[in-house]
Amino acid sequence: MSPGSGIMAAEIEILKSISYFSGLSTEELNSITKFISKKTTERGEIILLEGEPSVEVYFIVSGAVKLFKTSAEGKEQILNIVRQWESFGDVAVFDGALNPAGAQAMVPTMLYSIRRNDIEAILREHPQVSRNVIQVLVSQVRHSMSLVEDLSFKHVIDRVAKILLEYAGDGSGNRPRLTQQEMAAMAGTAREMIGRSLKSLEEEGVIRLDRHRVVITDNEALKELAGANA
Amino acid sequence: MLDMPRIEIEKCNGCGLCVGVCRCGALVLIESVISIITTYECHWCTDCELICPTGAITCPFEIVIE
Repeated sequence: MSPGSGIMAAEIEILKSISYFSGLSTEELNSITKFISKKTTERGEIILLEGEPSVEVYFIVSGAVKLFKTSAEGKEQILNIVRQWESFGDVAVFDGALNPAGAQAMVPTMLYSIRRNDIEAILREHPQVSRNVIQVLVSQVRHSMSLVEDLSFKHVIDRVAKILLEYAGDGSGNRPRLTQQEMAAMAGTAREMIGRSLKSLEEEGVIRLDRHRVVITDNEALKELAGANA
Repeated sequence: MLDMPRIEIEKCNGCGLCVGVCRCGALVLIESVISIITTYECHWCTDCELICPTGAITCPFEIVIE
């Protein structure tokens, strides 16, 4: 087997794992490999900018990418963590508008990408890909709808305040510690909202984040916030 | 003793994503098993907890009243 065919075989194996190309035959995958571009990114590298045009869909071969929006005040809201075999950059490619979110590599990441014109050609030639893309986009819509529900921000802060008061101790370790995931489950929200809520409470001077400690600096203000949710 | 992120070894699949995201060198992968190095460089960013796909690494907060 020549080195070239070995590389192509490896690419086909990777494509098999990517949702867009699920259920395609080896011959069909073989015809798609010519459209692939490869890219490796370092941790922290920005792959997509929010508000910029994008002409490629990206697929993660290894690593992880954070999708996020940045407010006018510079606050970051994580929308999703995209993992191995998943895609991002789909929205701007399919509707031709600007990127709705930024994308940043969380760790050294290897990517495959396919340009818009080539994706359109693939969709025309392989109807199964169209069906797969619908499934992928529907899953993204569901995730976004869940996040929209969680982004009733005021109520999340009130619930987080209540949780902090309930679990506050005197520093002697007599109260259980909570992860952000546990706080999120209690507050009925996403983990990403907890980090943002804690930062917001710190900015308001109600708490101070001291490494692994959440220090309540204004107990009365926190009680007032928690009471708003009573 | 300095508090560090907690690891449940039985949940760790050795993917190494936490090592890749850690900015302070507190995490190392030795023979596909994650290990923590105690260091003051760890500022509890919790990115390791965020990126772990199995929930093997957690960064619990202690809540105290000043």
